[in-house]
Amino acid sequence: MTALIALFWRDLRRAWGSGALWLPVLFFLLVATAFPFAVGPDAPLLRRAGGGMVWVAALLAALLPIDRLVRPDKDAGVLDQLAVRGFADEVIAAMKIGAHAIGFGLPLLIALLPVSALLAQDAARVETLAIGIAIAVPALASLVVLSAALTANHKGGSAIGGLLVLPLAVPLLIFGAGMLDPSGRGAVKLLAASSLLLTVIGPFAAGAALRGLRE
Amino acid sequence: MTELLRLDNVACIRGDRLLFEGLSLALGRGDALWLRGPNGAGKSSLIRLAAGLLRPAFGTVERRERVALIDEASALDAELPLRRALDFWARVDTVDGHAVDRAMDEMALTPLAEVPVAMLSTGQRKRAAMVRVIASGAPIWLLDEPANGMDEAAQARLVAAIAKHRANGGALLLASHFALGIPDLAELDMGTLA
Repeated sequence: MTALIALFWRDLRRAWGSGALWLPVLFFLLVATAFPFAVGPDAPLLRRAGGGMVWVAALLAALLPIDRLVRPDKDAGVLDQLAVRGFADEVIAAMKIGAHAIGFGLPLLIALLPVSALLAQDAARVETLAIGIAIAVPALASLVVLSAALTANHKGGSAIGGLLVLPLAVPLLIFGAGMLDPSGRGAVKLLAASSLLLTVIGPFAAGAALRGLRE
Repeated sequence: MTELLRLDNVACIRGDRLLFEGLSLALGRGDALWLRGPNGAGKSSLIRLAAGLLRPAFGTVERRERVALIDEASALDAELPLRRALDFWARVDTVDGHAVDRAMDEMALTPLAEVPVAMLSTGQRKRAAMVRVIASGAPIWLLDEPANGMDEAAQARLVAAIAKHRANGGALLLASHFALGIPDLAELDMGTLA
């Protein structure tokens, strides 16, 4: 147990160390700042389109650290040392997913407030967005760690990694943004279901990918 | 005598090349085996097979005890001070800080405890990796070129640490171009296997 906590904290420390904590937050704010300039200062339009924009920005913010999640550990021999100690690859993957979920999820939810203000979202919509993103964060973290593990052997893996994540993240986008639609009452359940599925599959798929790195 | 590590009729294929086949070896308490041979003979691959990081194409590998490994990567977080980087592995190995203290003293790294790993030289990093191996308390040591970049004083410390490990009933599998002056060392020439 001590060992697992040590693994988790190491991943979280590396996610937040040397200013990396602010990277997804800054990116998130950047998109929200740029969007009204591109679309124009029409508040009703911003309110309608802004919710979807928040979801797209959240997805891309989750992708940002993709090349720092697995590859440095593989190159430094950390993954080998853990394997020698008999840690299951699934456990290592689960710790990475947990640390990434908290590492980018928490700052993202905090940044949601200024972002929502920039995109003219009212209180009810901010609440819906926060609940939706909180539900989707573990699934996004699973997908990102999975593709980070799959692409850890390739230079420029982050670009391929993004392509791998995107199709699998589409249900999260549809149901998450669907929660904002007044007629989309079932969306939250579907979002929770797809998030649960991805979160459960994540450690096993990413674990298999980590195992593949050793061959 | 109880065996700690046993390889039985093992074959190893890397890429399309057969590195060796029909290799058997057994290490008991206090045993040390030196793997020698030219570059590419399969010394490192044999170490990784013994560590369980590679699967043998044929044959079986049995480890009856915990394993500590040194390979070309130091697996220490470059941005951390040395002591904190080593403490991470101490927590993973669930050994207490005193074990790290003693091991750092054995490798003469105590004065460098606060230096970031990124600032260490190759030899100092190898010594740090040895600290991790010593502190882990694992009975099976798999050392792949542990003396790379080490000066004479550090090599002497390495040899002393190995002697202590064997006296305590540990086993050693060493891949190296030099025998390092380790006494009572069995040899396996990998060059003759291919």
